[in-house]
Amino acid sequence: MAYSEKVLDHYENPRNVGVIDEDQSVGTGMVGAPACGDVMKLQIKVGKNGIIEDAKFKTYGCGSAIASSSLVTEWVKGKSLDEAAKIKNTHIAEELSLPPVKIHCSVLAEDAISAAIENYRQKNQ
Amino acid sequence: MTELILPIYLDNSATTPIDARVADKMAQYLTREGAYGNPASRSHEFGWKAEKAVDEARQQVADLINADPREIVWTSGATESDNLAIKGAAHFYSKRGKHIITVKTEHKAVLDTCRQLEREGFEVTYLDPEDNGLIDMDKLKAAVTSETILISVMHVNNEIGVIQDITAIGEFARENNIIFHVDAAQSAGKVEIDLASMKVDLMSFSAHKIYGPKGMGALYVRRKPRVRLEAQMHGGGHERGLRSGTLATHQIVGMGEAFHIAKEEMAVDSDRIRMLRDRLYQGLKDMEEVYLNGDHDNRISGNLNISFNFVEGESLIMALRDLAVSSGSACTSASLEPSYVLRALGRNDELAHSSIRFTIGRFTTIEEIDYSIGLVKKAVEKLRGLSPLWDMYKAGIDISSVEWVAH
Repeated sequence: MAYSEKVLDHYENPRNVGVIDEDQSVGTGMVGAPACGDVMKLQIKVGKNGIIEDAKFKTYGCGSAIASSSLVTEWVKGKSLDEAAKIKNTHIAEELSLPPVKIHCSVLAEDAISAAIENYRQKNQ
Repeated sequence: MTELILPIYLDNSATTPIDARVADKMAQYLTREGAYGNPASRSHEFGWKAEKAVDEARQQVADLINADPREIVWTSGATESDNLAIKGAAHFYSKRGKHIITVKTEHKAVLDTCRQLEREGFEVTYLDPEDNGLIDMDKLKAAVTSETILISVMHVNNEIGVIQDITAIGEFARENNIIFHVDAAQSAGKVEIDLASMKVDLMSFSAHKIYGPKGMGALYVRRKPRVRLEAQMHGGGHERGLRSGTLATHQIVGMGEAFHIAKEEMAVDSDRIRMLRDRLYQGLKDMEEVYLNGDHDNRISGNLNISFNFVEGESLIMALRDLAVSSGSACTSASLEPSYVLRALGRNDELAHSSIRFTIGRFTTIEEIDYSIGLVKKAVEKLRGLSPLWDMYKAGIDISSVEWVAH
């Protein structure tokens, strides 16, 4: 089981690893569970115009999980919340060439986006 | 100072390379120039030569374990030996009783064979080991009933390397007239085995764990007191009817030579390997949140199984691309479940997911160990930098109290 080039690339050169200080403009989603071997934390900073200006992630999980969440931070930047919500796990899986046994990593990444958006919306009702 | 060849192989419990001396010997039994005859051909020199080689190999295996060569049955590997021992004894002695005792941390070759026997109407007790991986004798004794006919306990565990006290278990089993089987795939040639004094009735061996060829093993079947088995492979009646099939001379010679070399070099190898393993452990244990899996002392010299908390095992293996090791992580097993061995020790899922098994061998060098220490430290630091759990730990949050959103 060799690792795909793209998955390796996200590990070697992770995009947007880090933490955004919590405030009104930040939505934080934490999904997964240590017992499952996958925990993703995704944060989005949303500008006044409703566009995601910045995104950061932290992930405990396998290479595919790290790559999925890293990819997601790249994709959500510059999108509106509604556009970001349209990102599907199938797009993630395809982009990273995830094998069937790793598809659940992309599903979790999609859940992380939903959780971050939900959190932002709750804070800004 | 030797050039480092990458990747570095630290997965000797998975398999070992064939020692060049073993390969050279095996090569003499393959082609027209060699002794390629069927050892069962009684009527010509081709057969006699092959038979002689098989007899010598049988003696070599017997010598390592202080047994009689007539007690050695050749098989295709320890898995087959486990099947023959457990199914063979269970079926032969089923009129005496139908209860078998084994341990949750056994190799799948034992566990799955027991599951099959359960499907056939046998009852199996799977004992829990203590936190250090060792069996408590009182718990074993408490599990015995008047129906117990067989106990199977591995000598050395493949994942955590702990050494069970098979001498004590053997004494108990013999006193109670229970057949005792030991899977010695990971122990033969690494730890002393003396079947003249250890009261073990059946013992499984593997060649490829001790620098011999894959696809080759043996089963020790005690003559005194006599142990009977129902054969699992029927045919020409080879190996006194216990295991039919033409003997693979080259494989057998390979196993014999490997066991012979192990007998000669076990003490020196073991000391050197222990020194390397301890060096590796010293180099890693002072990182925060590092846990040793399995007993520290009753452990085979080459095994180091550690969990690096807050880092997932498969991502660590990916980060350690220049090291060949294995993990107890779910991601690296096809079933997405973490190591059943680590779970049986009471390790929580996170620590089972974060474990790495390093197994050092005859050909591991000190340069490889020192290089590996550097690689592991760097990888763990990087992955902790990516880990939300590490952040939470550093912030003093009790992770076990968090309510996770399942998906």
